[in-house]
Amino acid sequence: MKDEITREDRVANLKGMGCSRKRVEDARFTQGKGNYVDDIKLPGMLHGDFVRSPYAHARVKSINIDAAMALPGVVAVLTAKDLEPLNLHWMPTLAGDKQMVLADGKVLFQGQEVAFVVASDRYVAADAVELVEVEYEELEVIVDPFKSLQSDVVLREDLVAEDGSIPNGAHGPRKHHNHIFTWEAGDLEATEQVIDNAEVVATEEMYYHRTHPCPLETCGSVASMDKVNGKLTLWGTFQAPHVVRTVASLLSGIEEHNIRVVSPDIGGGFGNKVGVYPGYVCSIVASIVTGVPVKWVEDRMENLMSTAFARDYWMKGKISATKDGKITGLHCHVTADHGAFDACADPTKFPAGFMNICTGSYDIPVAYLGVDGVYTNKAPGGVSYRCSFRVTEAVYFIERMIEVLAIELNMDAAELRRINFIKKEQFPYTAALGWEYDSGDYHTAWDKALEAVDYKGLRAEQAQRVEDFKAGKTRKIMGVGLSFFTEIVGAGPVKNCDILGMGMFDSCEIRIHPTGSAVARLGTISQGQGHATTFAQILATEIGLSAESITIEEGDTDTAPYGLGTYGSRSTPVAGAAAAMAGRKIRAKAQMIAAYLLEVHDNDVEFDVDRFVVKGAPERFKTMKEIAYAAYNQAIPGLEPGLEAVSYYDPPNMTYPFGAYVCVMDIDVDTGVPEIRRFYALDDCGTRINPMVIEGQIHGGLTEALAVALGQEIAYDDMGNVKTGTLMDFFLPTAWEVPNYETDFTVTPSPHHPIGAKGVGESPHVGGVPCFSNAVQDAFRPFGNRHTNMPHDHWRIWQTANNLGMHD
Amino acid sequence: MIPAAFEYYRPTDMAGVIALLQEHGDDARVIAGGHSLIPMMKLRMADVPHLIDLQGIEGLSGITVTDGVVRIGAMTTQHEVIVSDALAAAAPIMKEAALQIADPQVRYMGTVGGNVANGDPGNDMPGLMQCLNAQFHLTGPDGDRAVDARDFYEAAYMTEREDEEVLTAITFAAPTGGYAYEKQKRKIGDYATAAAAVQISKEGGKVAAASIAMTNLSDTPVWSEAAADALVGTACDEAAVKAAVTAMLGDIDPTEDNRGPVAFKRHAAGIVLGRAILRAWSRA
Repeated sequence: MKDEITREDRVANLKGMGCSRKRVEDARFTQGKGNYVDDIKLPGMLHGDFVRSPYAHARVKSINIDAAMALPGVVAVLTAKDLEPLNLHWMPTLAGDKQMVLADGKVLFQGQEVAFVVASDRYVAADAVELVEVEYEELEVIVDPFKSLQSDVVLREDLVAEDGSIPNGAHGPRKHHNHIFTWEAGDLEATEQVIDNAEVVATEEMYYHRTHPCPLETCGSVASMDKVNGKLTLWGTFQAPHVVRTVASLLSGIEEHNIRVVSPDIGGGFGNKVGVYPGYVCSIVASIVTGVPVKWVEDRMENLMSTAFARDYWMKGKISATKDGKITGLHCHVTADHGAFDACADPTKFPAGFMNICTGSYDIPVAYLGVDGVYTNKAPGGVSYRCSFRVTEAVYFIERMIEVLAIELNMDAAELRRINFIKKEQFPYTAALGWEYDSGDYHTAWDKALEAVDYKGLRAEQAQRVEDFKAGKTRKIMGVGLSFFTEIVGAGPVKNCDILGMGMFDSCEIRIHPTGSAVARLGTISQGQGHATTFAQILATEIGLSAESITIEEGDTDTAPYGLGTYGSRSTPVAGAAAAMAGRKIRAKAQMIAAYLLEVHDNDVEFDVDRFVVKGAPERFKTMKEIAYAAYNQAIPGLEPGLEAVSYYDPPNMTYPFGAYVCVMDIDVDTGVPEIRRFYALDDCGTRINPMVIEGQIHGGLTEALAVALGQEIAYDDMGNVKTGTLMDFFLPTAWEVPNYETDFTVTPSPHHPIGAKGVGESPHVGGVPCFSNAVQDAFRPFGNRHTNMPHDHWRIWQTANNLGMHD
Repeated sequence: MIPAAFEYYRPTDMAGVIALLQEHGDDARVIAGGHSLIPMMKLRMADVPHLIDLQGIEGLSGITVTDGVVRIGAMTTQHEVIVSDALAAAAPIMKEAALQIADPQVRYMGTVGGNVANGDPGNDMPGLMQCLNAQFHLTGPDGDRAVDARDFYEAAYMTEREDEEVLTAITFAAPTGGYAYEKQKRKIGDYATAAAAVQISKEGGKVAAASIAMTNLSDTPVWSEAAADALVGTACDEAAVKAAVTAMLGDIDPTEDNRGPVAFKRHAAGIVLGRAILRAWSRA
């Protein structure tokens, strides 16, 4: 048989790895045809809404639901008393703590769920919320974790024994009734010794403020309990639908096969949709009680006030070095404000996530990290907002410590980084705090980045600007922000990564249809990442069918294989690997079929793009389409019919993407307004599956980094009132605020990943936050600045200038 | 973000509007573009049992310039302000300011009348109207009357307008000389951290007349006669600008919020005004 098209065309037709294929999801998203949880409308469906606490700390004296129940259309008002017989008034958190579903005796943060109103429509439910009368007795509010550890006020009375003693928590001994855990990594004694005897030591304290992922779609669920067949169906904004199914089964006692969890289209997650919220539980209970479907969808203020926050880390660092800048040791202590319940979404054995990646990209011989978790009267949560677990905090910490050390050494911060990078030949590299970095080539990336922006030229320009400012010729100063980050993603190896005991593997199941198209299902769930596009590309390259002929399905636990979901940039490192491995199983069977059809031995055929060819005789081949048809329709001795495969992938290690970022910023010292003149981002995420999707991810991650660095925060007043509960005050940048981004890359594949990919969705956020912050701080360095805390909004930048006497 | 139940009316003439306002008193509110009122209703911070939509009334929108007098109907949108050639010629400061209000979606719906009538100290048009010495035309049960913009604002959301009155139009004499609307804000869609509206006319190299108003630096817009007086007769040099800023700082009374502490706001107000004066002078 003669081939009509060239091999080059066959590769192009495949739309496999490396191709900037357009996102298949966008046809529906750009036309308003997505199907989100709030689009789900079922016959007879009721609507739930919460009565929430206006106080941050108060005893609930009484709840009167009579007036609400009297309102036409109100079906039920649930309180903790109604949930208690089901043992659902509290629920376990992912962090090994428990949290109230509905206020049980007291409230611990503003916006806490107190009662759940169920009504015939959303408007009646909102009216009824106003009619529920709750009597509160205000208690002393604690919003400062340091004060919390000194206070006599007991926030969590359920965690103090009757004799007044403090039982251990999920992560060991607790030092105080408002203390949650102490978590340590590294060698304290050796670190202290090195720092005590060092030639140069830089110390700094920094607060990484509380913020929020703020996805465009808020959280919600629709629960439908079919009392006839005993099956519960739950649609919701779940980044980990299988975990939700297992947790729902454990909590409710409904057997897991009778629960179907569906994540429909999700309008952004960024970590906010990993945890389990009282609204999900209440919609399930309400559906069980009423026998009809119940929908709960929160509004924007509820999302910002009560669902999972991010950061809120008070970090204290010491870094030591020789006089010529070789780093010798690093000490980090974190006071972590976890709010009212410890509901952090981290692998269970890591209560501070992967904060112990805080030695960064540097060859630091000895280090120590200690983290103390503390309860306060703030919303619970603690998610990895567009980063792997607490990696943004870790990278911010080390990238600030490097800058502070550079000031201490009176040295250029780019050069200080260069002389301390882990060298290419040191990989795989075991860091002082335990992680084994898989691969990297930091010097190459750094040199490429600095050359691209003409780093020397920028420093010369900055020096001139300082002179001009001092001479009164300008009121604008200039900063060059640097960051070099190493991420740790792809959680993770089951031997040390689990969530509530569930190992963090992931999965892919492929079914090839007789005509040579396919459907593949994975244990992950896209929230905008473009999985339907990129996973099809991995499979196209692995199995030789065009990506256009491969449907990707995720999010329905009745059809998708078990997986731990999408967060922490784990989808490509884990589920992407499962896809490749499942594809290879398909290919192995296809090889046997091809050999049979071509009447040669199995080893005499080889895979070539979209077919198997007889070695040395490329004109003799069978395309994958032909093989698929034969798999179903031809009796092949010794082979079962069909062409399917499933793979569960337990990664041998995490992956370690890295990158080099430079931000050039001009700052008006009188108004405090920063202008980003240039932003250059070099990312190395290993093998690149779809360059266009990567670029989109980087633009999005950098924009969220800009937001956090320059203004986005969840701020509380002393009474525990949320000051930033709407998008008027919570900074969500628009296209107007976003600069032009220049993206670049190097490729250092992961040696242990089947296709060498490392994950990219969160890198730009991890690297971007310190880069924007360093740009602001670098602008003020020549005028005496050492460190100022984020967010660098106009007034805080102005304050820095003011404190440095620049308005005199 | 779900409003309480309300009755919705869409009368077709002003008499119908006035009758409804008389019937329901302060339980009724008229709605123009709705971009201030509807969010307040959704937050249940404004309780409006009777909502009267003005969209069915003819003659409430449009911009005319006749014999040097600009008339802007209350239902004229910010977008229409931006695209009106007649207005750009007669009072270019209107376009410069409107382009700094909210975002394009809001400007397609938000109206000039709603912006000035609501009494929100964050709105840009009230200060601008004081700078232009505009008159607000009100229609009520006792007929029509006009109130100077400079006399209209009493406190946040409190104005000279009676509950039974509707603001129907704004008029002002087309300004002469240079202009500038300078606004510092945190992001698109935000209210001003500080904003300044400035008109300056020039004769013989000196400031002949000036008008200065500040936005979001008090619970009402601040027309600073003292700041303008500090410029008149000068060559608008550094000392004069400084004097104007100092005078303005005596008239504003900002409060601390998420935009920053009082000291910052006062500093920003001075910077914003200084820049507005220099730009207006350069155009005078």
